[in-house]
Amino acid sequence: MNQQDALFEYLLRLGDNALILGHRLSEWCGHSPALEEDLALSNVALDLIGQTQLWLNLAGEVEGKGRDADKLAYLRDGRDFRNVLLVEQPNGDFAVTMARQFYFDAWHYLLLRELAGSRDPRIAEIAAKGLKEVTYHLERSRDWVLRLGDGTEESHRRMQTAIEDLWMYTGELFESDEIDQAMAGEGLGPDLATLQEPWLGLVRATAEEATLSLPQPGWAQKGGKRGIHSEHLGYILADLQFLQRAYPNATW
Amino acid sequence: MIDSLTQPDPDQIRNWLADVPDPEVPAVSVMDLGIVRDVQWQDDELVVAITPTYSGCPATSVIAFEIEAALRAKGIDRLRIERRLSPPWTTDWITQEGRQRLQAYGIAPPAETAGGPSPFDRFLRKDLVIACPRCQSENTERVSEFGSTPCKAQYRCRDCLEPFDYFKCI
Repeated sequence: MNQQDALFEYLLRLGDNALILGHRLSEWCGHSPALEEDLALSNVALDLIGQTQLWLNLAGEVEGKGRDADKLAYLRDGRDFRNVLLVEQPNGDFAVTMARQFYFDAWHYLLLRELAGSRDPRIAEIAAKGLKEVTYHLERSRDWVLRLGDGTEESHRRMQTAIEDLWMYTGELFESDEIDQAMAGEGLGPDLATLQEPWLGLVRATAEEATLSLPQPGWAQKGGKRGIHSEHLGYILADLQFLQRAYPNATW
Repeated sequence: MIDSLTQPDPDQIRNWLADVPDPEVPAVSVMDLGIVRDVQWQDDELVVAITPTYSGCPATSVIAFEIEAALRAKGIDRLRIERRLSPPWTTDWITQEGRQRLQAYGIAPPAETAGGPSPFDRFLRKDLVIACPRCQSENTERVSEFGSTPCKAQYRCRDCLEPFDYFKCI
């Protein structure tokens, strides 16, 4: 794989994580437990979709085949998506949504902070922009883990279940393959393994404050970064891509 | 037709843009918010650089359109709007006048400067005290991190009991 192909793949991963999680959050619109939460989840989704456009437009530019963010989002099949498995997991109850968000936000924050120093100025500027948004995403999802974990018996039980059920999808966040290594070697992105300790530190401290017990690091479910997804992605794409598939090139 | 002798000065153009309202917060202009980053002539073409406030801000394309419409109305027909991401927009760029207009409109302006502590340090901090833009009471509470747009949070005044928006600091 040459440098350009590796960069394209790398940018797809960044864009697809934001796209799929943004889509998942948008599913809450009109269904949240309170109006304020409805607004908040939709706004976080909007930030992520905005970041998706920046990453996928850059990916299309690097690829040089005339694909823009819309074409990449609407006209690829499941095996061509590069998001991690964590972000495609179903919303579940509100605790599952917030636990998924907290695991992802903490990692996303650390990753973007590194990418803001990328040697590629195009990557650095998108990361610096996104970092501001992800900073308050993280504050908010962490706050919910605390409130539900250290809340009522019922909310504690649900948050404890959520952090355990999603735990096996967190290992993939820190696994480097040849693409990550190529990017790290060029100074374009971080060595993902170096994010694990600060991530664990934040997650452990939060769990402790929330009176939750964190599972031990162990076996990790992975494959999303290479296009091997859980069954959930197909349903997301059926929803996300329906309009462009049914009415090709429709615009408004 | 504008040629190099009749080209309006960039400062004049900035003054014109000070009359273009932000589509979501019409009390302030695109200049007040610091969205216009640069105005310059490149030969006979005017280039206006703008920056989005948030990555997903749906107003960005409307802002570009309104700037273009305002300048065309002033007779500038060779015009390009350039989108600039870096450095990323910060609430620190909101002008003093802009802050006063937000306040008068009922939106509490950003209370801190950006680039403060990272969330890892900030988690330990107490909530910011935001004064009510109507009665100036500091006896207020946050209702939600998000208000009517992503750039705002929702607060409530415990004294005059009015809800209000707070322009978040990023």
